[in-house]
Amino acid sequence: MSRAEHASDVVIVGGGLMGTSTALFLRQRGVSVTLLETDLIGRQASGTNFGNVRRQGRPISQLPLANRAIEIWRKSKELLGSDIEYLQSGHIRVCYRERPELQGQMEDYADEARHTGLDLEMLTGNALRARFPFFGPDVLAGSYSAMDGHANPRLVAPAFARAAQRLGAAIRENTRIVNAEKIGEDFHVTAEDGRVFRAPVLLITAGAWGNALSAQFGEPVPIVARGPNMSVTEPVPYAIAPAVGVMTPLEEETVYFRQVARGNIVLGGSTRGPSYPGDYRSYVLPQNTLSQLKQIRRLAPALANLNIIRVWSGIEGYMPDSLPVMGPSAAQSGLFYAFGFSGSGFQIGPGVGETMAELIGSGATDIPIGGYSIARFAGA
Amino acid sequence: MAEPRIVVVGAGPAGVRAAEALVAAGIRPIVIDEGRRAGGQIYRRQPENFTRSYETLYGTEAGRAEALHTSFDALTPHIDYLPETLVWNIAERHVWTASGTRQRTIPFDALILCTGATDRLMPVKGWHQAGTYSLGGAQVALKSQGCAIGSRIVFMGSGALLYLVATQYVKAGANVAAVLDTSRFASRVRALPRLLAQPAVLWNGVALTLALKRAGVEVHTGIEPVEIEGSADQGVSGITFDTAGGERRTIACDAVALGYHLRPETQLADLARCEFAFDAATRQWLPVRDGDGRSSVAGVYLAGDGAKILGARSAEASGRLAGLAALADRGLPVDLAEMTALRSQVAGYARFASGLALAFPWPAAQAANLSDDTIVCRCEAISAGELRATVARTGAQEANRAKAFSRVGMGRCQGRYCGHAAAEVIAACADIPVEQVGRLRGQAPVKPLPIAIGEEAE
Repeated sequence: MSRAEHASDVVIVGGGLMGTSTALFLRQRGVSVTLLETDLIGRQASGTNFGNVRRQGRPISQLPLANRAIEIWRKSKELLGSDIEYLQSGHIRVCYRERPELQGQMEDYADEARHTGLDLEMLTGNALRARFPFFGPDVLAGSYSAMDGHANPRLVAPAFARAAQRLGAAIRENTRIVNAEKIGEDFHVTAEDGRVFRAPVLLITAGAWGNALSAQFGEPVPIVARGPNMSVTEPVPYAIAPAVGVMTPLEEETVYFRQVARGNIVLGGSTRGPSYPGDYRSYVLPQNTLSQLKQIRRLAPALANLNIIRVWSGIEGYMPDSLPVMGPSAAQSGLFYAFGFSGSGFQIGPGVGETMAELIGSGATDIPIGGYSIARFAGA
Repeated sequence: MAEPRIVVVGAGPAGVRAAEALVAAGIRPIVIDEGRRAGGQIYRRQPENFTRSYETLYGTEAGRAEALHTSFDALTPHIDYLPETLVWNIAERHVWTASGTRQRTIPFDALILCTGATDRLMPVKGWHQAGTYSLGGAQVALKSQGCAIGSRIVFMGSGALLYLVATQYVKAGANVAAVLDTSRFASRVRALPRLLAQPAVLWNGVALTLALKRAGVEVHTGIEPVEIEGSADQGVSGITFDTAGGERRTIACDAVALGYHLRPETQLADLARCEFAFDAATRQWLPVRDGDGRSSVAGVYLAGDGAKILGARSAEASGRLAGLAALADRGLPVDLAEMTALRSQVAGYARFASGLALAFPWPAAQAANLSDDTIVCRCEAISAGELRATVARTGAQEANRAKAFSRVGMGRCQGRYCGHAAAEVIAACADIPVEQVGRLRGQAPVKPLPIAIGEEAE
């Protein structure tokens, strides 16, 4: 078995959006990078999510990161040399009549968000229905973000990986990691086939599999693998520009949809399913499809005239507080994490990559990420 | 012990014979079928108020068709029959069904999938234009509605169905302009020893060719398809092909029926998480099963053309065999000698089918030669050139990966019609064996599912 060593400045484990975008921005800084992916680039959480490029609704403290990301989304075509179907076509978040208190929460959120550069427009009653006639009678109020939008998740991480590769990053798919340890100044990351990848800096962007690696450095985290619940309709004439979502404390009511330029309407949300990181598969439970369709009918009754042609899921890593693990290790110098984005990583992904590259390359970042430290789970 | 809950999906020859074996053992199975009437495709029944005779509808197979329909009618008091019902997903030992917008979840201890087949299609330039049908579609129009797909029709492709449907059209009085077969006559001679495993079926095939000759229909073998001529607003106006002798010809027509034998409908086996293996003889992935129809998943059985294309006669035998296997696995008495006899029947049909695959081969090489502007995926309108460019640009060589990047197979048919051809295009362009391209993973719903599902109370 080959023990040939592959050395670089940084080894990244995990080829989703976080890993591939970090690889690209590290290469822009002239740092040599090897990215290792068990399977294929962007095939799980990064490739199977809803595709919301949405800032509104994120914790206010996350908006600087989200704003950094939006700058990258806007120039993605030039940056990546590839069309990832990014549409800055708006995002509308609504609440239902039976939860009128949420309208006040939306207004408070809009006031706070304005200070970070996210402008939201509150809409109710006839004004809301005149702009968005597809909403059902249960919809009470909406918060519209003109500068949010959506993109095609299937294309994004692979496009970042190809761009990083063009700049000299080594991208290794089908490379399953069995061991990672620090020996002297270097991390030694060993693949199933015996290859050893060596670097003074190691970044773990392994999504739902993140804990398997952080635990090897004495930093286990209580991550849970779940699968998003996605469906898509047949194509119909393009009529709905913004991505649409419901604000509600109930998981089952939390549905969203967006229409792609080709005409298909992507539906997401309601109850998440189980997923199987060991098998690299996840399945949509039929009862979750039905609860999603029921909630979609409530949100936009006219969609009941369409058919869904496919459902899918993927493997996402959820943290108990729904916030990611992002930043330096608390236990080991040279070790960094960016995983466990809890179903909310897509929009901020490119910003995470740029921030992690900045942190690794310069040792610091102005983006507030202290709340995402892995240290919050120490002793848990 | 409670009576086992056995669900049979499909009411064609395999499903009917499976249900019959279960009923004979005192079990009341649930039979779920997409069709409005039982019978499946080859023995499809005409609508209730149509009065054509069995001879008119089924020709040489009239006796078998009538026997199957009679058997099913006798079963109806003893089964729970759900016609016009789609099984759209399978999970946790339940099938999820839709009938219009009515949703029902049915638990099972054993599931016998007799899901039948659809046409196996190879694209040809222009095949997306109105007036191009599959052979199966052309047959459904005739059998179910008593109408032809056009006023001057060319049948193109290969396989037994090509000659069968063309002959049925001739008999029904339709204007058949030509039959164009991509296989060579020499292949048939080479396949003869295997075809002799079913002399009666072989003779039926010969008789079909003779009937076409007598009717004065032009029949060409060894042709190379070039293009289905026509326009977006007028539809098909003709078909251009190269003869075996290398002469380019165009035949005027307003409809083309196209097909290269059949392919099993394996999505439900996939959703039931059955294992698949590559079948080199027919260049496709098929669900794995033992000689009695047991899949790799305990309690899930596969029979008829939905598992492997062996024809309607074999489907009756493999359906009954799967029914008996399901009984035996539940500790119920079965006639072991009968099972042995059925296995031997199926083996005979399998030998014949391997002869058919030799005689009328899947024209894999055509995929490499498709012009870049030929549409491969009709649902998503993706051309061969776009698919090749995706493979070259992204390095995607696996079927699902190429689908994710190019949309091939992403539309409402979920790759049922383009999947095999797309795999050949990818294999040729990446210069890898087609088995390495893999197969498109099945995703629910098996067919489009109304968002209004569940609105109507059970």
